[in-house]
Amino acid sequence: MSQENGKEIFIQVNNLKKHFPIFRGVFRRQTGAVKAVDGISFNIYKGETLGLVGESGCGKSTTGRSILQLLKPTDGEVLFRGQDLTQLGQNELRKSRRHMQMIFQDPYASLNPRMTVGNIIGEPLEIHNIGDANSRKERVKELLRIVGLNPYFINRYPHEFSGGQRQRIGVARALATNPDFIVADEPISALDVSIQAQVVNLLDDLKDDLGLTYLFIAHDLSMIRYISDRVAVMYLGKIVELSDKDVIFDHSLHPYTQALLSAIPIPDPEKEAKRQRLILEGGVPSPANPPKACNFHPRCSYATDICSEVDPEFRNMGTESAAHWVACHHAEQFK
Amino acid sequence: MTHLLEVRELVTKFYTEQGVVNAVNGISYTLDEGESIAIVGESGSGKSVGVLSIMGLIPSPPGRVDSGEALFNGRDMIGMDPEELRHIRGREMAMVFQDPMTSLNPVLTVGFQLTESLKLHLGMDDNQAKKRAAEMLDLVGIPNPEGRLSDYPHQFSGGQRQRVMIAMALSCNPSLLIADEPTTALDVTIQAQIVELVKQLQEKLGMAIIWITHDLALVAGMVDKVAVMYAGYIVEQAPVHDLYKKPLHPYTLGLLHSMPKLDATGQERLASIEGLPPDLRQNFQHCPFSPRCPYAIDKCKQENPALMSTGPNRLSACWRWEDLREETGFGVNA
Ligand SMILES: Nc1ncnc2c1ncn2[C@@H]1O[C@H](COP(=O)(O)OP(=O)(O)O)[C@@H](O)[C@H]1O
Ligand SMILES: Nc1ncnc2c1ncn2[C@@H]1O[C@H](COP(=O)(O)OP(=O)(O)O)[C@@H](O)[C@H]1O
Ligand code: SF4
Ligand SMILES: [Mg+2]
Ligand SMILES: [Mg+2]
Repeated sequence: MSQENGKEIFIQVNNLKKHFPIFRGVFRRQTGAVKAVDGISFNIYKGETLGLVGESGCGKSTTGRSILQLLKPTDGEVLFRGQDLTQLGQNELRKSRRHMQMIFQDPYASLNPRMTVGNIIGEPLEIHNIGDANSRKERVKELLRIVGLNPYFINRYPHEFSGGQRQRIGVARALATNPDFIVADEPISALDVSIQAQVVNLLDDLKDDLGLTYLFIAHDLSMIRYISDRVAVMYLGKIVELSDKDVIFDHSLHPYTQALLSAIPIPDPEKEAKRQRLILEGGVPSPANPPKACNFHPRCSYATDICSEVDPEFRNMGTESAAHWVACHHAEQFK
Repeated sequence: MTHLLEVRELVTKFYTEQGVVNAVNGISYTLDEGESIAIVGESGSGKSVGVLSIMGLIPSPPGRVDSGEALFNGRDMIGMDPEELRHIRGREMAMVFQDPMTSLNPVLTVGFQLTESLKLHLGMDDNQAKKRAAEMLDLVGIPNPEGRLSDYPHQFSGGQRQRVMIAMALSCNPSLLIADEPTTALDVTIQAQIVELVKQLQEKLGMAIIWITHDLALVAGMVDKVAVMYAGYIVEQAPVHDLYKKPLHPYTLGLLHSMPKLDATGQERLASIEGLPPDLRQNFQHCPFSPRCPYAIDKCKQENPALMSTGPNRLSACWRWEDLREETGFGVNA
C-alpha cells in the first residue's frame, strides 16, 4: 500500500463520477444527466474517520454508494486492497464486499420488519457462507454484546426496539463479516439528541477496538468535528475542500465551508449574540443543470468574473505533510 | 398585569386501546406581548401536544384536554366555542409546522391560499388581498413575489415553502406565532436563513413567539426564555442566558453535554444520557428522569418533584437543584 503524509492509503478514489441519466418523451430518449458525483478524487487513510459534509442533494450518499459499488460509477477508479473495484465482476465484487459495509440513516426503514434481529444480523454471514448455523448464532450473540444489546433479544423483531437500539442492530449487521471499512451514511440524523451521543460513542469505540476505517457522512457539523480525523466538504457533486478537521473548522479556505460553519447554531446565547453570521442565499441548484465553472459562484459573496468562467483547480494549499485541498480561485485571500 | 398567554396546569391525555397516554402533565408558562419562549425536548416529550391543546387542535378521540387553562388575552381557549376558536386561530394566533405541506394545499396556488385567509379574516377584497399577499411573499424573501402568486406549492423549494408558510401565518398580523420545529427537515444553511428571517420579522412586527425544537443549540440566539420538557412535564424553565450558563436540572445538563462543542478541539468522549425516555402510560410517582439520572438519590425514586423556584424567573423540577448549583465546574461554559 502506498503512503501519503506518512499515512497508509487505504482507499484511493480517482476522478469518480456518477451521472444519473434523465429520460424524456415517448421514446424515453436521454435528454441529460443528473451529475450527482462529478469527478472527485481523494484518499482515505487506514484507521481514520473521514467526515463528508455538505447540504442535502450535494452527492454525499451517491459518493458512499459508488465507492462501495452499490451504484455502478459512470467513470473513475476506486482502489481498495490493490484492486480497482469498478472493474470487478460480480463474483469478485461479492468477495470484496465482506470487507466493506454500510450503515444507513433510517433505522426504521433499513431493517426488514419481518425478520428477527438474529436473522437480520446473521444474514451477511449466510450470504458470504461464513461458518455453520451454530457458529453463526454464536457470532450474532457476540455482535449483540459488542453493540451494547442483550443477546437475549436475538429472537425479537425490529419494531420491539427504539430508534437508537435499531441503529445498534444496523451496526451489528454491518460488523458481522468483520469488515475493515464502513460507510456510515447519516447514522445519527434520525435519532434524538440524547441517543445520538450513545451511538456516536459506540461507533468511536468500535473503531478503536476493531481497527475500522470510516467514511462518515453527516450534516451535523459539530458532530463531524467531534468524530472525524479529516473532513471533506462537498458541493454539487464536487469536493471543494479537504483537510484535517481542525484546519477545516478553524482555517477554512473555501467560502462554502465558511458559510456552512457560519450556519451552525451554537448552544451559548453570549457567543450567538456576538457572532457575525454569513447567511447563504438560496438553495443548492439542480445537479442536472449545474452552474458553469465554479458551481458555487451564484451563491458566493466573493465571486468575481473568473469564477463563472474557469473551473477552479482542486489544489493543495497546505504543505506536503499537512495537505489542505481547496477548489477556489480566491482561496489566497482567506489565508 | 395580564399576559398575552397564560397556560395553567394544562393536562392532556390520549385514551388509546393500549392505555392512557399522559402526554402533557400539568404544564404552566406565561408569554407577554412580543416575548419569545422556546419549548425544548426530545421527540415524544409533549411539545406539540402542549401547543395543539391551546389551539384546540387535539384529535378527539383519542385525545382530550382533561384540565387546565390557556388564557389568551384573558380569554380561556380551553373549551372555547369552535367557531370562536377558528377565528382566533389564523388571525390572532398562527402556527407553522415542520412539514409545510400539512398546511399548504397542493392543488391550490399559493396566491389563492394567501388571499383566502386575508379575505376571510380581514374582510379584504380581491385586489387588496392580492396586494397584501405579494407584500407578504416579499417580506419573507421570495423573489418576484407577484409572479409567484400563481405558482403551486410544489414549485417552491423546501426552504421557500417554509417561507410561504410563514408568510401565510403572519399575513393577518397575529400577536402570537407558534413555530413547531419549522426547520427540523431543512439543511443548516436553510435553517439559518429561516431563523434569521423570523428574528427580523419579530423585530419588525413585534409578535410573540413560541418556538418548539429538539435542538437546544438552535434557540440559544433567538428567544428570551426556555422551557425544557421531559415526559410531558416542564422540568426546567429559565431566562435564556441563565439556562445555558447554569442549568439546574440534570436533563438540561445532559442535553447540553451530549452535544459536541464546535469550538473545542480534541474533545473527550461525549457525555451521553444512558437509557431511553419513559413510557408515558404510567402515573409518575417518582421523578420521571430518575431512571436515567446520574444524580438520582432514593428520594427521586419515591417522590415526583414539582417545579421549584430556584432564582428570579427560574424553575426546576429536581430534588437536587441546590447541589447542582453548588457544584463548581458544572456549568456548560465553566
Ligand atoms: N437513483 C437516482 N436517480 C436520479 N437521481 C438521483 C438518484 N439518486 C440520487 N439522485 C440525485 O443525485 C443528487 C445527489 O443525491 P445524494 O447523493 O442522495 O445527495 P446527498 O446524500 O448529499 O443528500 C440529488 O440531486 C439526487 O436527487
Ligand atoms: N393522536 C395520538 N394518539 C395517541 N398518542 C398520541 C397522539 N398524539 C400524540 N400522542 C402521544 O403524546 C406524546 C407527546 O407527543 P408530542 O407532543 O407529539 O411529542 P413531541 O412534539 O414532543 O415530539 C407522545 O408519547 C405521543 O405518542
Ligand atoms: S429529582 Fe433526582 S432523579 Fe430527578 S433529576 Fe433531580 S436528581 Fe435526578
Ligand atoms: Mg444522503
Ligand atoms: Mg412534535
